[in-house]
Amino acid sequence: MNKTISSAEAAIYDIQEGAVIMLGGFGLCGIPENLIHALVSKGTRHLTCISNNAGVDDFGIGLMLKQRQVKKMISSYVGENAEFERQLLSGELEVELIPQGTLASRCMAAGYGMPAIFTPAGVGTEVAEGKEVRTFNGKDYLLEYAFEADFALVKAWKGDTEGNLVYKATARNFNPLMAMAGKITIAEVEELVPAGALHPNEIHTPGIYVHRVLQGAGYEKRIEQRTVRNN
Amino acid sequence: MALTKEQIAQRIALELKDGYYVNLGIGIPTLVANYISKDINVVLQSENGLLGMGPFPLAGEEDPDLINAGKQTITALPGSSFFDSALSFGMIRAGKVDLTVLGAMEVSQNGDIANWKVPGKMVKGMGGAMDLVASAKNIIVAMQHTDKQGNSKLLPTCTLPITGLKCVRKVVTELAVFEIIEGTFHLTEYAPGVQIDEIRAKTAGKMIIVDHVAEIKLQPKAGLI
Repeated sequence: MNKTISSAEAAIYDIQEGAVIMLGGFGLCGIPENLIHALVSKGTRHLTCISNNAGVDDFGIGLMLKQRQVKKMISSYVGENAEFERQLLSGELEVELIPQGTLASRCMAAGYGMPAIFTPAGVGTEVAEGKEVRTFNGKDYLLEYAFEADFALVKAWKGDTEGNLVYKATARNFNPLMAMAGKITIAEVEELVPAGALHPNEIHTPGIYVHRVLQGAGYEKRIEQRTVRNN
Repeated sequence: MALTKEQIAQRIALELKDGYYVNLGIGIPTLVANYISKDINVVLQSENGLLGMGPFPLAGEEDPDLINAGKQTITALPGSSFFDSALSFGMIRAGKVDLTVLGAMEVSQNGDIANWKVPGKMVKGMGGAMDLVASAKNIIVAMQHTDKQGNSKLLPTCTLPITGLKCVRKVVTELAVFEIIEGTFHLTEYAPGVQIDEIRAKTAGKMIIVDHVAEIKLQPKAGLI
């Protein structure tokens, strides 16, 4: 089943205004750069974005925020973006903050066909407001629902024409979880190879979850906190 | 003399035992990695998907695909593994991580922690903090004893929005080390030259002094990062 698609523009052709989209990455590590650029060029608005972070002012989801394409962000941490803060304080942007592990598990649940999960994260905090609490073995857990997303945009290191994906190092993060969770999953990869070139033992995301796979280009891979040792 | 941030990290390093899997939060907790004894094997977990975190890379060897939870470039040691964010919090939730070291804005005498939100200020989010405090077996807080206005951060009850309930076991500040037992800060150690009266004056929560209270000792610099 050949799932390759020739351009980022073609890959996102059916993302409509108001869509709910997941975007992989942790900070700027492992974000789908090409697909974000295509969305910025297209200018699709009123998007709900599920992503651990919201990029920085001039990179990643920050580029979409700058063009006011985002109606709502669902994230765990959004600290590094002045335009984000401005839109939040002025009421232009809606934000739902949820614990990082809850965010990951709600993606996972969607990909596993499970409607909800129980997690202890947020019990007794404002995150718990309005949520069902269940006690198991004397400990309280919150009921958290699987995400429903129209599209998942993910970035992998290698992918084959069948849509099988392999991630590199900590650029894996939310990518395989979101890849499983989108109604339509679009993956961009640094290296697109023919079916058979990846060993079945090494596949992280089986191609059944992936609808379109794109050879990415021009990766910037910006580093947020370049930190080195002296010796 | 009150401890420096480095010295708070040096004291906490003594809590790391051979065979521990440890998650270090951002800020003072990150510095703990500098003082892990060469005599023990400790594996550092980074919740963005790495077990076996190594030192920062040499200049020119940074890999943008290899970062820690503070988004700093990092390295992976021999024997390390990468995984996705659900698995990462799965191992935390399942109690596989032996020790978590976190910063905090407030800790209460029953072990509640507040460290993610100040009403009226820009809210950046809780990141993985709520997951960690809800599940970790052993949580040590590294923080300053008072805020910038001099108000105690060790309180009867937290005034800021809570991150987690009844989870902190130990607090290390520039002045003292406390164990939290049955709703009380137990003063076990004091910084060299710091008077217990000063600690008492700066601790708003219920505090008792243990019989064997002693001066803080520090782990010499030895470690990984």
